[in-house]
Amino acid sequence: MTVATQAAPAAAQEQEMLISGSEAIAEALTLADIDVVTAYPIRPYDTVMQAIAKKIANGQLVAEYIVAEGEHSQFEIVKHASTVGARVFCGSSGVGWAYAMECLVVTPALRVPLVAMVGNRALDDPGAFGVEHNDALFVRDLGWLLCWIDSSQEALDTTLIAYRVAEDRRIFLPIAISADGAFLTHSQAITKVPSKSLVEKFLPPYNRGDLQLHPDNPITVAPQVNEDWVIEIRRQNNAATERAYTVIEEAYADFRRVFGRGPENPWFEEYMTEDAEVILMGMGTLSLPVKVAIRKMREEGKKVGLIRLRWFRPFPYEQLAEALRKAKAIGVIDRDYSFGSPFGSGVVATEVRAALYNAEHRPPLIGFICGLGGREVTLEDVYKTTEICYSAAKAGKTERATYWLGVRE
Amino acid sequence: MAHLIAEVVYRGIFQKNLAARITRGIVLSARKAGRWGIAFGRYGDSPQRNGVPAKDFAIVADTKEELEQHMARYQPKELHVTICVDDTLCKGVESWAWYGLQPINRLLLPNGHLLVTSTQSADELLKDAHKKNTPYSLWILPGKASLAGLWVYKEDHTEVRVLGALAKIAPQILSLQAVAEAIREADWGSDLKVESARKAYERVEGRAVKITEGNPETPYSFEMPKWWEMREGVTIPSLPIGKPIEGGKGYRPERSTVFKKFSTRTMRPVIDFDTCVKCTLCWLQCPDSCFDVTPEGLYDANMESCCGCGICEAVCPVGNCITMVNEAAFDNNASQWDMWRKDKDAYKVWLGAKITDKVHVARSHGFRYRGQYEQELASGELELGGAALASGIPGENADQKGLKPSAHEDKSSSIVTGVAEAPGG
Ligand code: SF4
Ligand code: SF4
Repeated sequence: MTVATQAAPAAAQEQEMLISGSEAIAEALTLADIDVVTAYPIRPYDTVMQAIAKKIANGQLVAEYIVAEGEHSQFEIVKHASTVGARVFCGSSGVGWAYAMECLVVTPALRVPLVAMVGNRALDDPGAFGVEHNDALFVRDLGWLLCWIDSSQEALDTTLIAYRVAEDRRIFLPIAISADGAFLTHSQAITKVPSKSLVEKFLPPYNRGDLQLHPDNPITVAPQVNEDWVIEIRRQNNAATERAYTVIEEAYADFRRVFGRGPENPWFEEYMTEDAEVILMGMGTLSLPVKVAIRKMREEGKKVGLIRLRWFRPFPYEQLAEALRKAKAIGVIDRDYSFGSPFGSGVVATEVRAALYNAEHRPPLIGFICGLGGREVTLEDVYKTTEICYSAAKAGKTERATYWLGVRE
Repeated sequence: MAHLIAEVVYRGIFQKNLAARITRGIVLSARKAGRWGIAFGRYGDSPQRNGVPAKDFAIVADTKEELEQHMARYQPKELHVTICVDDTLCKGVESWAWYGLQPINRLLLPNGHLLVTSTQSADELLKDAHKKNTPYSLWILPGKASLAGLWVYKEDHTEVRVLGALAKIAPQILSLQAVAEAIREADWGSDLKVESARKAYERVEGRAVKITEGNPETPYSFEMPKWWEMREGVTIPSLPIGKPIEGGKGYRPERSTVFKKFSTRTMRPVIDFDTCVKCTLCWLQCPDSCFDVTPEGLYDANMESCCGCGICEAVCPVGNCITMVNEAAFDNNASQWDMWRKDKDAYKVWLGAKITDKVHVARSHGFRYRGQYEQELASGELELGGAALASGIPGENADQKGLKPSAHEDKSSSIVTGVAEAPGG
């Protein structure tokens, strides 16, 4: 696949719109010309289903829009539709996503290239709408590819890229795009929306080939098996997930070629990390307060940078080890929790620690649990994080492995 | 033998309690001599389904450490004794956990023992049991297949008779004394049962089987694909549609080449093509699409796929047109229609012999009518597994078929089918 960067497309091929992250996903779904979408309301995901309904009502998108009686059916329906060759979309949030679990677990084994949006939301009880990442993380071990976004633009672009990756015959795995509830799903920003002809250059039609359920291709999907077959199926899934490293890089390269924009590094955004002594890490919209705080701290001469993870599965462990090579201390801000985990850290901190275990350079790594239940991550939180990281850098070790920030104490 | 590994090959539902009692009995008997043991069923089997071949195992050893070598496994890799409690299983076993047809003696160690409860002779059984490349002994305990079934447990003493026979086969591990003690202690034990075990100990007869003896057929099998050879998405090819049989006429559906099901069968339908009125009912009602439609419009049950459920016999409107006959009376799966069209007179003779030889070949699953068990007990043929039965399921047309057991007067509905028997019998 060609990686050569071409000149940016003419301005006419992209149009600016003031839209939320959810609306940006609906724009991308229209451009991708999806065939089947299922819906069941739960905040904040429901903003996507409303936006798609509008697209269909306006005649901009022709697709089957099926309102299911719950998330379990919602995810079951798209799974089957995808098997007969339909391009499908689905989504949910928090406990809605949890309710669909039985369908979520089999989707990767059945090699269904479903693209789903998870509007990240705290798990009830208590009933709460705010963002936490634990919902999407439920499926992190099961063959789902997972990514987090932090802007409407990235929502739109990543949706197109997700179909390109998921529907690649080498992959055929579901992808969940996580969008922070409220900060992204309910907040509108200026977004470039490309033309359909441009998108067609990037996204080929979905072709399920010999896995398509069709009278001309008589197959049986998901028979009962015993212990003689299961590990081979898992092995296939693992191979597909490993191929995703290559396929994702190809897709981003091609995205840049066709649209004339998009990141060089698909895996994570690096912000002022070039000379950074302390590198902060996290996923989703917490990047925004962190960036602001970094700029302020840099004015005071503190060399702080940010790595915002886009892809959590597959986890870019090699790229991360390289990017963290020069850091004197690492602070991972988790908008999730993992009770009883090693060092009581959040999920991302634990993964980064594991990724660095065999690295030559292993700087002190501190986990921060912050912004749970949709609480804002404040500049103060980030300053505190940095301060703790600096003292660890100076001491060459961590005093405590995990801190909770922004909690009333 | 510092340890003993035994399997019980049995039929799902009908014999699962029987098999469990035998394997538990082995372990508890061996415990009398201070040995350790485990009893378990093969997890991949589906013993909750009527008639499917299934296995239970008992492993006993002198020490716990020795026993551990055999634990956390689905099944032993090899064993000393195979106990077959339904002689039709000597034709081979195909279950969910296995691929292809597995000979009944497959896991036996050299000089191991195959114990079969049967009314057949060793020579007859060796027409079914496949050839083995090491010698072994074949032991026969006289008796019909015991029906320790779902609805009732038939206390026909088969479990204790097998344990008694084992004491003869493996006295180093199970002494008759130990077996007797274990039986007495069991909640299903009694002095009468101890007596049955002793009698079986005396009556069981064994003989050596040479490597030249046995069914010479190569059982069908297949290689399991490597992970990268398997189609992705948990997807397998479905069966394509079938083809005409000859000259564009007739119809033969495609059938699975990897799973055939016939080892589930204990009785098979025998069809009189001369009296068939081509009503299509058998073809329509067969749950496994077994019937080929012949070019002349007859229906030929394919013996590779027939599981022996007996529905075709029950729905056939013509008396004696389809008759279920004990599987033990057959040596191969050849097409009856082929035999019939080659030589119609010879076929008639063959057919007549099969459906009238009721003393030897009749059998049933569970009890077909109320009072059958009492009748068998009263007939005093317990050791042979009960009285001779009329073959066939007494369905709607039982009267016309002359299938209603004459000795039995009870007019209430059949326990098995739940269908009221024809009036006026
Ligand atoms: S016994 Fe008759 S109905 Fe039953 S599987 Fe065999 S052919 Fe079909
Ligand atoms: S049910 Fe009996 S009569 Fe009817 S087609 Fe079958 S064999 Fe012939």
